Amino acid sequence: MNLFGIFQVAGSGMAAETLRLNTTASNLANAGSVSSSSNGAYRAREPVFTTVDDSQLEARTDGRFDVSPTSTEDAAVAGVRLDGVTESQAPIQARYEPGNPMADANGDVYTSNVNPIDELVNMISASRSYQDDVDVIGSTKQLMLQTLNLGNTQ
Amino acid sequence: MMLIRVCKAHTGIFVSGPFQSIFGIHQQALEVWQQRANVLASNLANADTPNYQARDVDFRAVLAGATDDQLPLATTTPGQIGGASAEGIPVVWQAPMQPSMDGNTVDTQVNQSAFAANTVHYQASLTFINAEISRLRLAIGTDSSS
Repeated sequence: MNLFGIFQVAGSGMAAETLRLNTTASNLANAGSVSSSSNGAYRAREPVFTTVDDSQLEARTDGRFDVSPTSTEDAAVAGVRLDGVTESQAPIQARYEPGNPMADANGDVYTSNVNPIDELVNMISASRSYQDDVDVIGSTKQLMLQTLNLGNTQ
Repeated sequence: MMLIRVCKAHTGIFVSGPFQSIFGIHQQALEVWQQRANVLASNLANADTPNYQARDVDFRAVLAGATDDQLPLATTTPGQIGGASAEGIPVVWQAPMQPSMDGNTVDTQVNQSAFAANTVHYQASLTFINAEISRLRLAIGTDSSS
């Protein structure tokens, strides 16, 4: 594993955190949406990450991680990928709004179970992790450039 | 890390020549810092992965292995394995200070500072190698300042 491997690892982390930011954005955007049934109401989504070791990272060629193979089988180096997206099982609240065109026979509409506080906390956590990955890539790039200049003492 | 690989290839060619230990331990040290950067980057990338166990490189063990390299095992028949190589870098688990509920043991701040320290170590090794190159240039009469 050379320093190029860090770009793959940190890049997979950035992709995962971007997805987390995306779900947060869609959760917040749908926080106020209503439905005419409790089954149709929007449920907050949350991605679940899983570790993917280096060999799997290389094998993934589905467009997101189309990376060239590196010469290692070291399982200590591990990227991250999306395992799936779960939906929140928090209860859906019914709200009495007979004037709403979405209201059912009882005059109720069903609101989403998005908790905006949770979403904002998620957003901060995801952007911090993203920044960490960006810092890692920046430092690594610096090291590679310095290594390329080895012997140029001017 | 193309440059380092080239140096290693030279080591193979000039086995008993002056190139073997020209950069001293810093050549191996670069590889260790590089590997550690990879491991720490993995930790930071997996900072939000459930059940991920943070890892680190055991530098003490690496150093012990590197000093063993000074006295390689004698190989009397072809096919015998000599000493420990720099390839098998021991990786250990990090002890978490604040384990989280999802089983993740990555302490982001600890890993950030470790990565920064690792970067400085890498740069230090580069500086030593650069100094050695300058010294050699001086020795062979090339004006390294021009």
